[in-house]
Amino acid sequence: MTYAIEMLNITKDFPGIRANDDITLQVEKNTIHALLGENGAGKSTLMSILFGMYQPTSGIIKVNGKEVKITDPNIANDLGIGMVHQHFKLIDSFTVTENIILGKEPKTKFGTVDIKGAEKRVAELSEQYGLKVDPKALIQDIGVGMQQRVEILKMLYRDSDILIFDEPTAVLTPQEIEELMEIMRNLIKEGKTILLITHKLKEIKAVADTFTVLRKGKCIGTYKVADVDETQMAEMMVGRAVSFTTEKTEAEPGETVLDIRNLCVKDVKGLDAVKNFSLSVRAGEIVGLAGIDGNGQTELVYALTGMVKPESGSVILKGVDITNASIREHYDAGMAHVPEDRHKHGLILDFLLKENLVIHSYDRIPFAERGVLQKGEINTYADRLIEEFDVRSGEGRESLTRDMSGGNQQKAIIAREMDRGADLLLVVQPTRGLDVGAIENIHKRIVSERDQGKAVLLVSLELDEIMNLSDRIAVIHDGELTGIVERKDTNENELGLMMSGALKKEAAQA
Amino acid sequence: MKKYKASTISLIAVLIGFLLASLLLLVTGRNPVNMFIAILRAMIGFDLTHPEKGVNILYPLNWLLNSMPVILTGLSVAFAYRTGMFNIGGEGQFIVGALACTFVAFYVPLPAGIHTVACVLAGGLAGALWAFLPGFLKAMRNINEVVICIMLNYTALYLNTFMIRNVLPININTLHETVKFPETVSLGSLNFGTASKFNWGFVFVIIALLLYWFIIEKTSFGFSLRATGFNKEGARYAGMSTTKNTVLSMMIAGAFVGVAGAIVTIGVYGYGRIFDAFDNYGFDGISVALIGACKTSGILFGGLLIGLLKSATTTLQRMGMTKSITNLIQACILILIAIQYGIVLVLNMINSKKDKKVKEDA
Repeated sequence: MTYAIEMLNITKDFPGIRANDDITLQVEKNTIHALLGENGAGKSTLMSILFGMYQPTSGIIKVNGKEVKITDPNIANDLGIGMVHQHFKLIDSFTVTENIILGKEPKTKFGTVDIKGAEKRVAELSEQYGLKVDPKALIQDIGVGMQQRVEILKMLYRDSDILIFDEPTAVLTPQEIEELMEIMRNLIKEGKTILLITHKLKEIKAVADTFTVLRKGKCIGTYKVADVDETQMAEMMVGRAVSFTTEKTEAEPGETVLDIRNLCVKDVKGLDAVKNFSLSVRAGEIVGLAGIDGNGQTELVYALTGMVKPESGSVILKGVDITNASIREHYDAGMAHVPEDRHKHGLILDFLLKENLVIHSYDRIPFAERGVLQKGEINTYADRLIEEFDVRSGEGRESLTRDMSGGNQQKAIIAREMDRGADLLLVVQPTRGLDVGAIENIHKRIVSERDQGKAVLLVSLELDEIMNLSDRIAVIHDGELTGIVERKDTNENELGLMMSGALKKEAAQA
Repeated sequence: MKKYKASTISLIAVLIGFLLASLLLLVTGRNPVNMFIAILRAMIGFDLTHPEKGVNILYPLNWLLNSMPVILTGLSVAFAYRTGMFNIGGEGQFIVGALACTFVAFYVPLPAGIHTVACVLAGGLAGALWAFLPGFLKAMRNINEVVICIMLNYTALYLNTFMIRNVLPININTLHETVKFPETVSLGSLNFGTASKFNWGFVFVIIALLLYWFIIEKTSFGFSLRATGFNKEGARYAGMSTTKNTVLSMMIAGAFVGVAGAIVTIGVYGYGRIFDAFDNYGFDGISVALIGACKTSGILFGGLLIGLLKSATTTLQRMGMTKSITNLIQACILILIAIQYGIVLVLNMINSKKDKKVKEDA
């Protein structure tokens, strides 16, 4: 048996914490090996060691059977190891080819960059692995799925044989995930080795051959995917039994809290993104909005929160017309909002955690008096939220938000929004990029908000999430409502057809 | 990658800046020790080549005098920067501050003391108004504030010339400045018997430093300014008025420089003057803010450093060195701060080597 990568008995200590404790990871050549673990389990540290960003405290690394010392990322590249990062490292105003060759530009005999030759090579590689990428397209003009394929091409262009995918599906739509799985299989066929870092069990089931589980810096074990089912995987990862379906009782909807009437919204390019959209959400129910990415959900949410002004129609919250109210007035009217993009909208990453927790109320009593911040009050409040919602970070409330893990950043947002006591909770993609433990926790919170009589509008691209949480499901396609169905009367198949616009159900508004 | 404190980076940059300047002096056949002698003299007034003369307090006073305006302009640049903007309009704001101060000095008769304060406040107000336009255009139309600021610098320069030539009481002997300010306008003199023009203007500088610290770190207004500076979209999503913040922050930045314009005009000159070229206080403010990493104590330090370099120029010249050497030091420091990731990289390399050594020794 030959291994492409062997990391043997790796231990890495940071001041005060052992991030990796005697971890052994062996990746067999020409297979897909998954590395499974919750946020903070030590996956990133292990990968940073493989890439020479950190030196292990003890342990050895072998590549293709030979022991190596990787002291910086260039050495890793030379050894044929390449990585597709979760957050792409691409330049928006460059073309696909320019991004791929950046740092390794082929030269013509005059010493200029041989862009023609590079384009040809990129096209060939794209063809060979079935990536369907246009070498001349600008990054800013292509979708997220395509951008990821550019990242893959970057590695292929550099002749990497060992490809590491860091949470590759976190940003993809279900269709794009399917395509990515296909691409991975193609890569294996062409002789590559893949190390897949993820916490999505379904994906491991779908593509991986073997997997290694990390938990709290320790190696739990390496198993064959075929021998283990998803429930067992989740248990290994979290260390306790996990349920995938959230327990909840029948909804007891009360009066209407949010009423969206004939809303029309244009997108940034001035095209109609939301067309004559009507939907109402009642107290004590969760309405899920399902749809494929880019069908107007983002614009709808922008309009609901006051980020953009709708063209026409109205938004009524608890009987008050907030269609043209400012963002602040939306919050004051009783809306809490977990935004889709937590880095851009949900948080100020360069703020301390405690500052982010009071970002809506920093200028009000008790957090500020006569314009002066009340440090004590802010600290007490932050500590309470951190405790109550189990937000973990290095230095507690004084942690820089940027240094926190994605899951804990999201928990901080959820804590802040749920504690606001709003009547409407507008939750967008609440569990994107989170692990099963955190997802379970957040789902429970959402249901408990409902049980306390809050109205919840859940916008998600994950159909599983919609099916799991919603009492009613609305489907959006091309900016139009294609129907509203009761959760108990529908199934994935029907929703899929509605999401693609093939089936329309007369809106049976309650 | 390890993180380093901003102050560590700044100190290293300053050290290397002086080192590079020494090298250059060495290459051009001069003794770099003389540079340090000159700078020490400018700092504490002690001449190492003539130790018998003792300490001359004139020098430290002039050092502080030179530091006053650059601390203020440094605060200005830093304040705008914390809100995500670049105030390169300091030159213009400085000139309109001086101009407004001159107007109040001649046309608003007030009792002594109050008159001076009124002049300084008028300078601050004028600076704020001058900075309003770039802030407003940035907030409403997303027009780059740098371009507007630079254009307004020249507008201020010529507006000032026009006003002094045509409106204000010009000094007919020189035709280049106004007549002396009335006696009610004065920042006094704190020269301890020397010829220094050091004055009570430093009180305004200390107030400005405290205000900066208080607004940015302690108030809810500062909180929203910092949020806007770090992530404008995020701040907007949190319900903050980023347009209001943008305009107000530029205006406050302008006010700091306007005050500098007023205290230099009153304290150093005592009359309104035509500017042939920019005084460079506004641009020096950029250096100060960068060296100080936009922190209150850092700006104080940066301001004192740039002030020192400014006040050392004459001594340097007297000792046979070109005064450009101070510009060179300043430029080196700035470049090094601009490439601070390079410094971090080197520090990391040194540290990892140390780590290895420790391990091998163990």
